Amino acid sequence: MQPKLGLTGWLRWFWRQLTSMRTALFLLLLLAIASIPGSLVPQRTSDPNGVTQYFTDNPDLAPILDKLQAFDVYTSAWFSSIYLLLFISLIGCVIPRTKHHFQALRAKPPTTPARLGRLFGFTTQDAPAHTDARDAITHARTVLKSSGYRVARFDSDTESSVSAERGYLRETGNLVFHAALVGILITVGFGGGYGFSGQRVLVEGQTFVNTLLAYDSFNPGRFFDDTTLDPYTLSLDDFSVSYEQRNLQAYGQPIDFTADVTVTPKAEAAEPGAVKVNGPLRTNGTSIYLLGNGYAPTIQVTAPDGTVVFSDSVPFLPQDANLTSLGIVKVPDGLAEQIGMIGFFYPTQDTAASGANFSSYPDLEYPLLTLNVYTGDLGLNAGVPTSVYALDTDTLTQQTGGKTGVASIELKPGASAALPGGLGTVSFIDNNPASSAAGDFTQSVPRFASFDIHHDPTQIWLISFSMLVLFGLFTGLLVPRRRVWVKATTRADGTVHLEYAGLARGDDPALEAAVSAVAARHLKLLKTHQTVVATPEST
Amino acid sequence: MNLIDSALLNSYSLYALYSAMAIYALAFIAFAVDLARRSSAVGAIEAADLVETDAASSAGFAASAGSTVTLKRPVLSRISARMDDDAALPYGRSSSLRVGVALTVLGWALHLAATIMRGFAADRVPWANMYEFALTGTLLIMTVFLIVLIRADLRFLGTFVTGLVLVLLGVAALQFYVEVAPLPPALQSAWLVIHVFVASLATGMFALGFALSTVQLLQFRRENRTLEAAAARSAVASGRRLRFLATLPSSATLENLAYRINIIGFILWTFTLMAGSIWAEQAWGRYWGWDTKEVWTFIIWVIYAGYIHARATRGWRGSRSAWLAIIGFSAVMFNFGIVNVFFKGLHAYSGL
Repeated sequence: MQPKLGLTGWLRWFWRQLTSMRTALFLLLLLAIASIPGSLVPQRTSDPNGVTQYFTDNPDLAPILDKLQAFDVYTSAWFSSIYLLLFISLIGCVIPRTKHHFQALRAKPPTTPARLGRLFGFTTQDAPAHTDARDAITHARTVLKSSGYRVARFDSDTESSVSAERGYLRETGNLVFHAALVGILITVGFGGGYGFSGQRVLVEGQTFVNTLLAYDSFNPGRFFDDTTLDPYTLSLDDFSVSYEQRNLQAYGQPIDFTADVTVTPKAEAAEPGAVKVNGPLRTNGTSIYLLGNGYAPTIQVTAPDGTVVFSDSVPFLPQDANLTSLGIVKVPDGLAEQIGMIGFFYPTQDTAASGANFSSYPDLEYPLLTLNVYTGDLGLNAGVPTSVYALDTDTLTQQTGGKTGVASIELKPGASAALPGGLGTVSFIDNNPASSAAGDFTQSVPRFASFDIHHDPTQIWLISFSMLVLFGLFTGLLVPRRRVWVKATTRADGTVHLEYAGLARGDDPALEAAVSAVAARHLKLLKTHQTVVATPEST
Repeated sequence: MNLIDSALLNSYSLYALYSAMAIYALAFIAFAVDLARRSSAVGAIEAADLVETDAASSAGFAASAGSTVTLKRPVLSRISARMDDDAALPYGRSSSLRVGVALTVLGWALHLAATIMRGFAADRVPWANMYEFALTGTLLIMTVFLIVLIRADLRFLGTFVTGLVLVLLGVAALQFYVEVAPLPPALQSAWLVIHVFVASLATGMFALGFALSTVQLLQFRRENRTLEAAAARSAVASGRRLRFLATLPSSATLENLAYRINIIGFILWTFTLMAGSIWAEQAWGRYWGWDTKEVWTFIIWVIYAGYIHARATRGWRGSRSAWLAIIGFSAVMFNFGIVNVFFKGLHAYSGL
């Protein structure tokens, strides 16, 4: 009959299972498998539009997958439980090993085995004449100590030996590696809560103040206090792009984006700066990244009586590599009816065989703005938040373009056109009429840049833990831990017999070479010493 | 650089590449001939063994055929085994093997020239799109192989290495080729040099580790069969196919070698992941975002972490850990060939 396990017995059994290497290995492989779905299905964190599209494309499957948290794999209950169990298992394994390692660091190397012949790199030598066994071991001890071994000496009537061990750094590295991984997990898990990230689009000439309301979108961490935002200002002075023009294979490919900005900290002097794609601007505890850019045509709408009811540079979102861009204009007040406009902007307009417009080059060579006008209720009065980049046309009546039979409004920079139904006039304001008149349109339309502004106080911790991970890997995998023994036995005739051998603790390809190196150095030392001793005798 | 020079240099690079591929193909044949010779030599010994069961030594062989029968089960606890001649039937370096190595070195020189000329033609590091990455990655696989040859006799892997590189270069030249183009702003970073180079180097290590683990599995099967045959006191039955395995190191030695190469790969891969995070923070404003490529880099890291732990787990040493190394390298190839081209993500620099 088996003894009954009490609650503590079961807990102990469970803990032992969890912290076993076999479980750790199982959880590691499970973690690898559990990561796969996140690369097959779009994730809300990295590709929110992809998720929306997936719901549209697979209306039956998507809700089921959503129940399984397949769109949030890396924060899902099942993924989290795997890595949390893995880390508990890891901690449960590392703590006793750390204790054991501390004891080993203080302990003496073990007693020399009786038979060295069964160990690795076993070598025997006859000591040079007139060598004393105990002296030979004293020299062996010196050789081993100078090679970084920790040594213990054992003497008896017939034989002397030294037992040596080195490579404690291997286990230290191993433990540091695992502890640093725990550090990374904790930093990522809790540290992310202390920062924020926010997005803001700025058109050339615009200024932004680092306050909560000024952001287009803002994602604070759990513990972030938004009153701590440092109210500096950021102005986009100029956004310059250069395009490849010599290499025809890559004609029109952007080769540089630079946002020239001015940062003015509160009550301090303004400082010029630049934000590039691979070069964020680190200022006032935040990092400013350049994530996107495009054109922001300046559009003005005037009522029939001449009152300007809308005037703004509207960021148009790029749709292709040649920057065919799509933008929305909403004019809720000041006209007889509310109007919405869906605009296409072509920096270098060209006409396809089908008659459709397209852009053939991303820079402003021959800019054209087309507008489809809608009238009706824009839905802005209901108090429901709406995107400035989308126009819900369900409640609107199309007046130009499409199937209306009325041609879309087409405007060159500086041109104006009447809105349908005598509602007023729409103008495409030229940013630099003088140079456009000379045929150079490159200054006619302002550009916008979209910035990501982040604050993450934990990055310094992450990089430190990462360095520890690398240190731990190097030492834990590459430093050999080995024991080496040297034994000297005095024979009946007074000569001394030397034995050398080693034992690997963990992977150690160079053990045998190390033992023979110790033997060679030891013999050399004995010979030098012999000469010194022997010389007075011979005189 | 002048544009015409650039185009000319790029066409020279292509000529060098095609020449390198032709030479690699010849090297592959030479290595394959060497394996065939080993097989027929083993076959001859076994046939002689049937006639004369006493240990009849054969010319050209250091060990007697009898040792095949008395072969002991590999001692896996013997961790510090050197790359010694523990083959059941040690076999010297045949002329075809020497020719194979010489051709590989020649092919490698042309391959190196092709890669350098591509870099000069583009006026930057030659690993900014799939084609160039394949060019540099295979060059590094070959370089790692040739360097390892100085320290350990892995010449028998020549068939695998030249074969793999040839297939990858073929796919690169036919499917991934793009003309020289300037670096898009997203790639203009010192991290392109470091991150991608170290990733290629790690891939080279994992490729060799994969080859060694595969041979280890085959060798282990042969050793078991030999043991069974010895237990049944019957004549040697090492199987009709892959007889050359008897001339290769024991499965335990192969396992130790694979482990050493894979841990170097793992350290490099860890560095790749970290360097990638630092670059991602600069370019995309976050150090980790579960982008598809990041996910697969992580999966590969976890698989190889599992491989290293398997070596310390009872019941997982030997064949099971070898399978993990094979799965790991398959994931590396998947990450390069499939994720780059077919998965949606931020690492969209294939140039295709």
